[in-house]
Amino acid sequence: MIEVIAATLMLSGLIFFLCGSIGLLRLPDLYSRLHALTKADNLGLGLLLAGLALYQRDLLFALKLILIWLAVLAASSASAYLIAQYSRRQDTDR
Amino acid sequence: MNATNMLFLDILLVIALLSLAWATLTATDARRSVILFIAFGLVLTLAWARLLAPDVALAEAAIGAGLSGALLLAAVQHHPRRALSSERQNTGKLANEKQNDSNPADLKSSVAIRWTLTLFCIALAFVLIWALLQALSSETSDTLAQSVSANLANSGVSNPVTAVLLNFRAYDTLLELAVLLTAVLGIFALSEQRTGYLPAGPVFNGLVSWLVPALILMAGYLLWVGAHAPGGAFQAGATLAAAGVILRLAGKRNIGLPVSKSYLNIILVIGSGLFLLVGLTMLALGRPFLDYPPAMAGYLILLIETAAMISIAATLILAFLGGRPRNREDRSC
Repeated sequence: MIEVIAATLMLSGLIFFLCGSIGLLRLPDLYSRLHALTKADNLGLGLLLAGLALYQRDLLFALKLILIWLAVLAASSASAYLIAQYSRRQDTDR
Repeated sequence: MNATNMLFLDILLVIALLSLAWATLTATDARRSVILFIAFGLVLTLAWARLLAPDVALAEAAIGAGLSGALLLAAVQHHPRRALSSERQNTGKLANEKQNDSNPADLKSSVAIRWTLTLFCIALAFVLIWALLQALSSETSDTLAQSVSANLANSGVSNPVTAVLLNFRAYDTLLELAVLLTAVLGIFALSEQRTGYLPAGPVFNGLVSWLVPALILMAGYLLWVGAHAPGGAFQAGATLAAAGVILRLAGKRNIGLPVSKSYLNIILVIGSGLFLLVGLTMLALGRPFLDYPPAMAGYLILLIETAAMISIAATLILAFLGGRPRNREDRSC
């Protein structure tokens, strides 16, 4: 039963990754691409790691995964902000 | 996971590696090429992890993808963006009238060099394939790995990679550290450091304020864990250097390096110096050079690795600075 839940979580995480990647390829400008990529991938990674943690059923392993997720969340949101800010400065300078 | 699934993963990895390598080489824009190179390094990390070589994977992620990527990006930033593409046009449009003023003999020789290099690479590839096939078809004797695991108990550590690097083949590592020291001399000879970056805004500063301590903590962990699991001085040093790179990008002044020049020199030399000192002490005690007594080996290896980590980190940070540090009057931060 738990394995089915884990597989469902991982699959839905992968769908979020897929949506994020499609958004990166298809959306017209940098800001909407950033939007698609960071939101979808962060949630996708969370779901994927939740599924993995359930699959392993190990508390220490789960804690490590949560730590990885938090680090990725902070780094990706900060870098998304930095990229957007840089691009906005370039636009206003022109 | 069964073998078919793993084969699927392997094929995906190989395709990703080959196409990323091709894209890196054929990109017309230098910056795009560097970013593709970083992506290539990350996929290569996955490949090493898949080959059950976590030590190499760690080193590839930290040094191959991370720090080399940062160095290359910094180098691209200080050069005009057309550097790569204009060269490509030169060779692409030989008959173009713009080329009239350039010497045709030069162009001919560059084409000749290009073809020679291509033929050389193809020959090298065939030699490598032949060597691989030889290795695969020969008997799997693995005597070296066996002798390492047979002597592991005497090495002072339980991680075979660290045992080889710091004990059985300590000579090689000592010489590697000497190579790094030579690289520092080269960096010092180049020029003064490049101009820094603007101070970071609140968001980047917020990231720096927790990421840098976390990286320092992680470096310490990697150093400690190297005795019995993947990790060690090189990975820890690269992690520390990553903290330095982040501080530099955030526009901090002293990016983890001491202000005083003599302290900096000590930090740069301490890795190879302490290593050499330990080796010479062994000589003085009547043992062969760098042959530790088994009872002390664990402590000695930790001591050497700590010093090596500091030197490696300082060297890599200096490489990112791209020259000797300026005399900084302002001692803030």
